[in-house]
Amino acid sequence: MSVENLENLGEYIDASMQAQILKKEMHQDELCFTVRREGLRRFLTFLLNDANCDFRQLVDVCGVDYPDRDERFEVVYQLLSLKHNFRVTVKVRTDETTAIDSVTSIFSAANWYEREVWDMYGIYFNEHPDLRRILTDYGFEGHPLRKDFPLTGFVEMRYDETQKRVVYEPVQLAQDYRNFDFISPWEGMTAVQLPGDEKAAKPKIGAELLEKKAQ
Amino acid sequence: MTIANQQHDVDQADGNIQPYTINFGPQHPAAHGVLRLILEMEGELVKRADPHIGLLHRGTEKLIEHKTYMQALPYFDRLDYVAPMNQEHAFALAIEKLLKITVPPRAQHIRVLFAELGRVINHILNLTTYALDVGALTPALWGFEEREKGMEFYERVCGARLHANYFRPGGVHQDMPVGLAEDMYYFADSVLEFINDMDSLLSENRIFKQRTVDIGIVSKREALDWGFTGPMLRASGVPWDLRKARPYDCYADMDFDIPTGTTGDCYARYLVRVEEMRQSCRIMKQAIEKMPGGPVMVDDRKVTPPKRAEMKNSMEALIHHFKLYTEGYHVPAGETYTAVEAPKGEFGVYLVADGSNKPYRCHIRAPGFAHLQGMDFMSKGHMLADAVSIIGSMDVVFGEIDR
Repeated sequence: MSVENLENLGEYIDASMQAQILKKEMHQDELCFTVRREGLRRFLTFLLNDANCDFRQLVDVCGVDYPDRDERFEVVYQLLSLKHNFRVTVKVRTDETTAIDSVTSIFSAANWYEREVWDMYGIYFNEHPDLRRILTDYGFEGHPLRKDFPLTGFVEMRYDETQKRVVYEPVQLAQDYRNFDFISPWEGMTAVQLPGDEKAAKPKIGAELLEKKAQ
Repeated sequence: MTIANQQHDVDQADGNIQPYTINFGPQHPAAHGVLRLILEMEGELVKRADPHIGLLHRGTEKLIEHKTYMQALPYFDRLDYVAPMNQEHAFALAIEKLLKITVPPRAQHIRVLFAELGRVINHILNLTTYALDVGALTPALWGFEEREKGMEFYERVCGARLHANYFRPGGVHQDMPVGLAEDMYYFADSVLEFINDMDSLLSENRIFKQRTVDIGIVSKREALDWGFTGPMLRASGVPWDLRKARPYDCYADMDFDIPTGTTGDCYARYLVRVEEMRQSCRIMKQAIEKMPGGPVMVDDRKVTPPKRAEMKNSMEALIHHFKLYTEGYHVPAGETYTAVEAPKGEFGVYLVADGSNKPYRCHIRAPGFAHLQGMDFMSKGHMLADAVSIIGSMDVVFGEIDR
C-alpha cells in the first residue's frame, strides 16, 4: 500500500467514473472522493466490483454538519480493500430535506450506520429497510449531533416518587453551560493584521476563526 | 428474561402458531451489559433478533466537539472500558497524523507493550465470561486473578486501573516506573500458564464444544459484507490484521503470527482469541527486549507540556504549561480516518479538524457496533440458548457500541 499506488488508483477511479465524481482529494496519504448524490450507488458498486478496486468492506458511515454551506450535511463512507490494502473515503452532500439513496443493498453493514446517521442528523435514506432511531431514547425528539442542537439538550429525566415512574422535564441548569473561547488574538501575532503592516506576511493560523468570532 | 408478550394461542382458523416475542435484557447477565434483545421465537427457535442498543448512549461524539483535544482523550477510556488504552491509541495516532509529528521510539514501544497487555486482559475477560455463559464457572474465577494483575500494571504506569489517560498525542504521559518492565516480562510468561490451563479446561471439553461448535457460523463473504473485523473476521478464515497490513507505531519490528479460523463458528472465534493472547505475550516480550532509552514525549512545547522541574525555573515553560492546559494546541485543518487493531476489531477515529483547538467532528468507529448488527442473521434458526452463546462470542462491550 504505497502512496503512489493509491494515487494511481485515484486516477483510475477518476477516469472510470468521471460522471459521478465532483471532487477528488488527497488528505496526506488518504484518498477521498466527493460524488454526486444520484451517483452514489453506482459509484460504490463500481468500487466493490471492479477488479482494480475490490473494496469489499464498508467499514464506517458517518455524518458531518457544516451549517454555513448550502447543502449543510456530508455523509462520509469509509471503504476498505483487503486484497489491495487500500482505503478510500467517499462523501456525499445533502441538506435537511433531500434524501440519500441507501446503500444497504450493496453493503449489509450500512444498515445500522445509516440508522445512526438518521438518528444523529436527520438525513433520510431512500429504500432503507428499517429506518428507525438507534442510539437515542425511545420517543426522543431532535437530531443531537447537528451543530444547532445544544450540548445540554432540551429535556432531562428523573424518577418521580409520587407517580412511580420516570418523567421528562425541560432542562434546568443551576449554572449555565459555559463555553470558554480560548481563541486568543495574541497567538504569536500571526493571526492579526496590524494597521500599516499589510505588506508584511499575511496572518496565518486562525484568521478565519477570528473573523467568524468578530461577526 | 421476561416473556413480554405471550401470544401463544393457536389461531383457530388456520391452525398457525403465533410467534412468541421474548424480551431479553437489558438486565440479563448474559447480555454482557445493557443489551435489549427482542427475540421472535417459533417454539425454541429464534426467527428474528432485533437488538435495541443505545441504553448506554452518553453523547461522547457531541461532548468531544466541545472539548479541547487534550480534554477529549479521557472519553476514549470510557468507550471500551475492558481495554481502555487501545482506544486512546487510535485518537492519539489521528491527532499525530494531522499535526505531522512522529513519536519517539521509546514511547512507541511502551504503547505497543500496553496495547498488547490490553489485548490479553480483554481476551481473558471475554473468554472466561463466555465460558460462564455456557456453563463453566472455573475459568472466570481463575481468569479474573490474572486480569487483575494486568490491571495493576495499568495502575503502576498511569495511576488508574481503568481510566488511564496515558497514551497522549506525542507519546505517553510519563515514563514507566523502575522495575515495571521486568515485572511485565515475568507476567508475559506466567500468564501463558493460565492460558494453557484454560485451554486444557475448555478446548476439548465436551459441554463447551456442544455449546459452541457449529453455532453462529459466519462465512467469509458474510463477514466482509457485514463489516466484521478483528477476531470475528479472522475466525472466518480471512487473515487480516491492521498490525500487519498497516503497521502503526513499532509493530513493523515485531515478530508475531496472525491466527485464523476455518469454520467461522463460535468455537473458531474462541480458538482465535486464545492464540491471539499467546501472540500478544510474544509481542510484549519483544517490546520489552527491544525498548530503547530516550524521551517518551515529543520535544515540542507547542504540543506537549514541559517537565514540572523545568516549570520551577523557566518562565517560558510556565507559560507553555498554562497555554496547553487552558487553550490547548491548535490542530491544522484537515481530516483523517485512523484505525488501530483493538482487541475487538478495527477501532477507527474519523477526525475533522478546522484549525481551532477543538475537534470539529470526531466519529468513533466501534467494532462491536458492526458485530452486534450481525446478531439477526447469526442467530436465525438457532435455539434461544445459542443466542446467548453467539452474543458471548461477539465480545460486545456497550461502552463502545452506544458511545
